[in-house]
Amino acid sequence: MRAYAEQPRRAAPLAGRRTELWKRFRQQKYLWLMIVPAFVCTLIFSYAPMFGLYMAFINYKPGGSFVGSFFRGEFVGLDWFRYFFDNGDFWIIMRNTLAQSLLSLLLGFPAPILLALAINEVRSGAFKRIFQTISYLPHFISWVIAANIIITLLSSQGLVNKVLMLLHITDEPVGFFQNGHYFWWIIASANMWKDMGFNAIMYLAGISSINPEMYEAAKVDGASRMKQTLYVTLPALRPTIVILLILAVGGVLNAGFDQQYLMQNDLVLKYSDVIDTYTYRYGLQNSMFSYGAAVGLFKSVVAFILVLAMNRLAKRVNDQSLF
Amino acid sequence: MRSRSLGDRFYSGIVYAFLLVVVFATFYPFWNVLVLSVNSAADSIKGGIYFWPRELSFTSYKEILTDREILHAVWVTFARTVVGTPLAVLVITLLAYPLSNRDLVLRKPITLYFIFTMYFGGGLIPYYMVLKSVHLIDTFWVFVLPGLVNVFYMILVRTFIEQLPQELAESAKIDGANDLQIFVRVIFPLTTPVLATIALFIAVGHWNAWFDSYAFTYKSSLKTLQAVLVKILNQYQTGSMVSDAQKLADSAKRLAVSPDTIRMAATVVATLPIVLVYPFLQRYFVKGMMLGAVKS
Repeated sequence: MRAYAEQPRRAAPLAGRRTELWKRFRQQKYLWLMIVPAFVCTLIFSYAPMFGLYMAFINYKPGGSFVGSFFRGEFVGLDWFRYFFDNGDFWIIMRNTLAQSLLSLLLGFPAPILLALAINEVRSGAFKRIFQTISYLPHFISWVIAANIIITLLSSQGLVNKVLMLLHITDEPVGFFQNGHYFWWIIASANMWKDMGFNAIMYLAGISSINPEMYEAAKVDGASRMKQTLYVTLPALRPTIVILLILAVGGVLNAGFDQQYLMQNDLVLKYSDVIDTYTYRYGLQNSMFSYGAAVGLFKSVVAFILVLAMNRLAKRVNDQSLF
Repeated sequence: MRSRSLGDRFYSGIVYAFLLVVVFATFYPFWNVLVLSVNSAADSIKGGIYFWPRELSFTSYKEILTDREILHAVWVTFARTVVGTPLAVLVITLLAYPLSNRDLVLRKPITLYFIFTMYFGGGLIPYYMVLKSVHLIDTFWVFVLPGLVNVFYMILVRTFIEQLPQELAESAKIDGANDLQIFVRVIFPLTTPVLATIALFIAVGHWNAWFDSYAFTYKSSLKTLQAVLVKILNQYQTGSMVSDAQKLADSAKRLAVSPDTIRMAATVVATLPIVLVYPFLQRYFVKGMMLGAVKS
């Protein structure tokens, strides 16, 4: 009974709020007009493909309109996903994706921290800038250029083989791209090479916000430069390190596409193939559209959950570290 | 005291040695490619070129700078950069301004609408199907339209606008200006520093993009420089599986240039604009990354 009595009282302010909202909306018509281009672009290029994921549940046949094909194609439920998990490729693809991601983390995560600590030790501001500027360069070139460069460096006549032979580690040039066993390490090293300098930015920013008095106090206590780094700089960076590590783990399924696609060949495919290259090869090059969409959907969903979970964890860690 | 300074000096020595290794590892690969690109092809095949060219020759450059395919690809790359960058900056700024307004009706849901796309997507295959149904496959506009909205850059611009003094917009409002006029006359001129930053980033992105041209266009007239470079790389990789003797015979026939030196020269040409531009990005992107980090 009470609920009945309360209803009109609640509805009245609601209606009032609604007309007020409408009035505000009309006042803001120009603001809304400004949103339209971005809204439409996002609708077409981001949301339409999400709805298009329906093709993962049918037997998509090319030809005719995309939406029309949803009705023409036979509904197969989860068959494409079952096919992906059962045909053996799933394990190879997941192994390659995770191995390349984790190796990239292993090499690529500590490297920018070390670089930032080292750059911080440089006294002259000009040198600091020069070191930093040089270390950023690989980040800004495309993977096409990077792949060209790396393949040259690792070729039978490249510097790496030359050094290995000079040191008598090997007597014959190593065919880095002829044997799949090297591929994971090549990707991990390439990722490290490309992004080490750029990723150091976050740490350098963290270092620059450390209170100089901390160093003064450490100096008074007789701490050497190395001890200052170990006991002042590094602990101050700890929250940044933890959060970036958590976020990096969240992106573990995004092992990349460009670097694998551009450096792989048929000889190493068993080790190079990751989810995204697999999706491209089957979905577009082999025209198994629905299968490609299903593999893509699997990746999108798992990656989404992982990223959200890790973001939440990072936020919690961040809040704690504030106190 | 003395022993401490000795320890410090030793430590500094290690630090500088590490930095030199990093600089060498970063810089040398580029230098190696440059050296190989200006060495004569017939000589390069013998190997052993690491730090200096042995037989200086610019025939590879002459070859690619008179090659119709590559020249046209440079033109296409240039065109997509020049057309795509200002359009993207405009669309992003137009979006950032309303979203910076705290009074905007439905501000939260509309922001979420854009942010969500940073975390979830339909994947390549449905994306390709959408491009096909809006007739963008094999057109120039496939380079421009899908990349117009970048949510990360939008957040940078929005944060920048939020930090501008509120009074500016308010006094313009009192003078009777509407939101569009405020945007054009007050906000837009004040945001130029951050717009310059994202413009440079977007331009570098256009210059570096290869996949859209590689996978979404078929006409050779729509191939960008990076896509042509992928083609050259693929040829090289299939070639590297052929025996060395075969390669030697091939290169002997061609004398002045080989696929390899052409590949090197094309790589240098594609890298050069980036090398010239990126040091100027530095002072902006540090700030930009920090803003992005704070927001996320």
